[in-house]
Amino acid sequence: MADHAAQAVNFAAASKAALQDSELRGNFRRAMDGLMTKRAVQFADGQEWHRMRALAASVRLRALSKLPELLEQLETNLTRNGIQVHWAATTAEANAITLEIMRKANATLAVKGKSMVTEEMHLNAFLEDHGIEVLESDLGEYIVQLDGTMPSHIIMPAIHLNTKQIAHLFKQKIKDAASTGEDAAALTDLARRILRQKFMNAGVGMSGVNAAVAETGTLCLIENEGNGRMCTTVPPVHIAFMGLEKVVEKLEDVPPIISLLPRSATGQPITTYVNMISSPRKEGEKDGPREIHVVILDNGRSSVYADPELRDTLRCIRCGACMNHCPVYTKVGGHAYQAPYPGPIGKILVPQMEGLAKRGEMPHACTMCNACVEICPVKIPIVEIMGRLRVEAVRPGTAVKDAGAQASRTEALVWKGWAAMNSSPLAYRLATTALSTVGNAAPASLPLLKDWTNVRSKPRFAAKTLHDLARKKGIPDV
Amino acid sequence: MDRPTPPPSTLATKPTKVYFFGTCLVDLFFPDAGMAGMELLQAQGLEVVFPQGQSCCGQPAYNSGYRDDALTVARAQLDLFPGDLPIVVPSGSCAGMMKKHWPHLFHGEPDEAKAVQVSSRVWELTQFLVQVLNVQLTDKGEPVRITWHASCHAQREMGVVEEPKALLRQLANVELVELKREKECCGFGGTFAVRHPDISAAMVGDKLADIEQTGAKRVVSGDCGCLMNINGALEAGRKPVQGQHIAQFLKERIHG
Amino acid sequence: MSDARAAILGTLRRTRDAHPLTPPPSDFAPLAEKQWPPEERLPRIRRLMEAVHTEFLEATEADWPTVVTDFLTREGAATLLYAPETIDGAVLANAGPGGSLHLIPYDRPIDDFKQQMFEGIDAGLTGTLGAIADTGSLILWPSAQEPRLLSLVPHIHVALLRADALYDSFWQAMRDGRWADGMPTNALLISGPSKTADIEQTLAYGVHGPKRLVVVIVR
Repeated sequence: MADHAAQAVNFAAASKAALQDSELRGNFRRAMDGLMTKRAVQFADGQEWHRMRALAASVRLRALSKLPELLEQLETNLTRNGIQVHWAATTAEANAITLEIMRKANATLAVKGKSMVTEEMHLNAFLEDHGIEVLESDLGEYIVQLDGTMPSHIIMPAIHLNTKQIAHLFKQKIKDAASTGEDAAALTDLARRILRQKFMNAGVGMSGVNAAVAETGTLCLIENEGNGRMCTTVPPVHIAFMGLEKVVEKLEDVPPIISLLPRSATGQPITTYVNMISSPRKEGEKDGPREIHVVILDNGRSSVYADPELRDTLRCIRCGACMNHCPVYTKVGGHAYQAPYPGPIGKILVPQMEGLAKRGEMPHACTMCNACVEICPVKIPIVEIMGRLRVEAVRPGTAVKDAGAQASRTEALVWKGWAAMNSSPLAYRLATTALSTVGNAAPASLPLLKDWTNVRSKPRFAAKTLHDLARKKGIPDV
Repeated sequence: MDRPTPPPSTLATKPTKVYFFGTCLVDLFFPDAGMAGMELLQAQGLEVVFPQGQSCCGQPAYNSGYRDDALTVARAQLDLFPGDLPIVVPSGSCAGMMKKHWPHLFHGEPDEAKAVQVSSRVWELTQFLVQVLNVQLTDKGEPVRITWHASCHAQREMGVVEEPKALLRQLANVELVELKREKECCGFGGTFAVRHPDISAAMVGDKLADIEQTGAKRVVSGDCGCLMNINGALEAGRKPVQGQHIAQFLKERIHG
Repeated sequence: MSDARAAILGTLRRTRDAHPLTPPPSDFAPLAEKQWPPEERLPRIRRLMEAVHTEFLEATEADWPTVVTDFLTREGAATLLYAPETIDGAVLANAGPGGSLHLIPYDRPIDDFKQQMFEGIDAGLTGTLGAIADTGSLILWPSAQEPRLLSLVPHIHVALLRADALYDSFWQAMRDGRWADGMPTNALLISGPSKTADIEQTLAYGVHGPKRLVVVIVR
C-alpha cells in the first residue's frame, strides 16, 4: 500500500530478535543447507548451467526490451481467448478490481494458490475487511495464515517453522487435529481434508502467474501440491495476479524458465505440475472456470523499469534461490525483513517499490558477498543494484522513490575526510603514522568500535605500516 | 546489464618486474603479510616496486554509496602505476574493486581509459603466483593441520578459487582440511560489520564453528578484512586457533 | 482502470525508448541438445518419475483395461471415473468393470456432481499425449471429452502412456507439436503425484491433488 509519510522499517531490531531465537536459527540453517545442496546436484554440469542461464537471461531481457508491446500483445491474445484483462497502477487499485469481481460473482469465499503479488497487495486483509473469506491453499501459506503471520520465504512460506511447531499450531487452531501428532504426512492429510471442502465451495479461485505468454495468451503456473490447479479449475471464477514484468514473448520462452526455476528453487528437476491456461471453460467443456480475470499490477515496477541499471531487477523469475544462498537471510530468516520479498531480491526490489525513506536500510543488510549473483538463474546483478541503491539513498534524485532520504551531513563529512586522507600521499602518511603510533589507545567503547568489539577483540594497528617496512627494506618506489 | 567477472589478466611473457599494491588494511594492520607477499615475489627473481604514494582502492566509500569520494581516492592511485607492469594485490577484495569496479566507477570520466588500463593489469597475489609464476614451493615447516577461508570477492569477483589451495597443497607437511561451508561469507562486509553488528557476529560465529570442526590449528586466508573479523572473533572467544594471511604462512613454510 | 493501462504503457514506452535495451540472442541449443537414444527414454522417464513415487504398470492395447481394473480392485478402489467420449473410454466401457469396481462416466458438467467428484470417487483414468524424457513428465491436454478434473480430484490418477509417444524435452514436444499455433484451454505437464515439502522440508505425497499416480505403459 502506498504509504507516503513512510516510517523507516526497523530491520536491525527485528533481526536482533531473530538472532536470539535459537530454534529459528536452527530451522533456517538446516533448511538452507539442504536447499543449497539439492540445487548444486541439479547443476552439477557447469557447462549446461552456464548455457541455460544465458538462455534464460536472454529470454527475460528480450521480454523487457519489448515490454510495452508484449503487454499489449498479451492483452490482445488473452482477450481473444476470452480472458478479461485488468490493469492496476497501485495495489489499492488491484484490490478494488478484485473486490468488484468478487461482488459480481456473489462470492464470499475465495481459495488462493501461491501469489506473491497478492502479498504485495495485502489482499487477504483487504477482502476480509469487506466480509470475504480468503483461504490460502498452498500448505505453507495455509500454515502462516493459521499462524497469523506472513511468508518467510517466497517459495517455502513456512520454512521458519519446524514440524513440532506446526503440529502445535494445528492443535491450537484446528478442531480435529489431536490425532495428527508430529507427523508431517498426517498434518498434510489433515490440511487436505479441510481444504478440499473449501475448493469445492469457493466462488472464486485466485492464483499468481509464473509466466504469461504474449504470443498465445497463455498463463503458466508451476506447483507441486495441486492446489494451484484446484484454484484455477474448480471455482467458477479464476482471478490471476501478475506483476507486469511476468510476460514473455513466445511459448518457446517458457521451457528455459520452467527448467531453471524449480532446479534453482528446491533442487527438483521439475515441479509436479506445469499448468498452462489459455481460456476459460469453452462451450461443451465440462469443467474449468467460466470466467478468468488477469490483474496486471504495476506497483512501482514501471519506475524500476525507467532506469536502465535498476531495470534488471525485473528479470526476476521468483525462484528464491538468492534467499537460500544468502548468509544474512540464513541467519535472520524472512520475517526480519518485514516485507513481501525478503533476502537479496527483496533488498533490491522492496526499496524501489516502497521508497528509501521506509526501506533505506534494506540495501545495507548485505555483505556484498555475491553468493546470490553466482546462483541467480537469470543473472541479475543483485549486488551492483544494491550498490546503486546505496548511492540513491544518500543522494537526492529522481530515479528511486525518496532518493536521498538517508543522507546524513555527518556521514558525508566523514567520507569527505576519508577521501582527503586517502588521496594525498602526505595526508595519508601523516594519518597512518598517527594511527600506528596512538591508534591503539582508542577505547573499545567508541561508537563503531563498540559494535565491533562485542564479539571481537579490538583490531590492533601495527607499529610500522607497510609503507614504512617497504621503505626500510629498500623496496623501490618506482 | 551484467558486469561479468572480468577474464584474468593475461601476460605474453613472464615479467621480470611487478608493482605491489599493498591495500590500506594490510598497510595499517597486517604489514607483515604485505612484506611476505613482496618477498614471495622477490624469491621468484622478480623486481618488486612499491609506490609509496599508494593508499586505498576506494572500496569502503564505493560500497557505502559515496562514489564521488571513492572516485577521488581511486583516481589518486592511477598515476602511481605507469607502464605495463602487472599490479599484484594481496587481497581478492581490493583486487576485485580495482579490476571489476574501477571501469564502472570511472565510466564517463575523462581518465576512464587510464583507469581501465590500470585495472586490466591487476592480479590477486595467489592467482599471480600460480598462473603466471607457476611457483613450486618446498615445505620446511613442522607438520600442521590448517584450514582455508576463501574470501567472497576473491572467489566471485576475481574467480580465484583453486589457486590458493593449490599452493597450500604443495606443502608436504601441511594437512589442508577444507571447511564445510567454504563458500560462505564470514560476515565482515566492510561497514556491514559495524552497521549490522549482530548479524555480522552471528555470521562469524557460524564461521568459527566451521573452523573449529576441522580441528585445524590455523586458518589461512587471502584477505585481511576477513582475517581481522575472524581473528578478532577467535581471540575474543579465546579459541586456540589463529588466522594468518596466506603470504605470511607460505613465507614461514618455505623458510622453515 | 483504462487510465492505469494508458499510464503504465505510456511510462514503459517512454522510458524504454529513452534507454533501449538490446538483448543477447536466445540460443536454444542447450535445450535442443537434451536428447536421448529412443531406447533410453522410457527407462529414464520411469526412473525420474519413480523417484517421486509414481507407480508403473505394463500393458498392451489388448489388455490394458483388465490391467487397470485388476490393479484398482486389488488396491481397494471402488469407483473409477473415466471419459466415455474418448476412444480409450469407450474401450474401457466395452471391457466392462472388473470385480467390484464401479465405472463412473464423466459425462456432465462438474457443477452437477461436484460433491460426488470430491467425496465419492477413488480413481480417475486419462490418456496422455506422451511423456518427456528430460524431466520425467506426462503431457496432458484435457478436452471437452476428457475433462480437467479427471487427473486432479480422484485420489488415484491412472494415466495411459503409449510407449511410442516419447519426447526428449518439453521444448521439443512443444516445437514438434506446434503448440504455439493453438493452445488448448488447459495444457499440463504432470511429473508425479501431488506432493509438498512445506512442513520442515519433509516430502509428503497427496496434499491436494492425487495421492497416487499410476502410469500404464501401453505397448
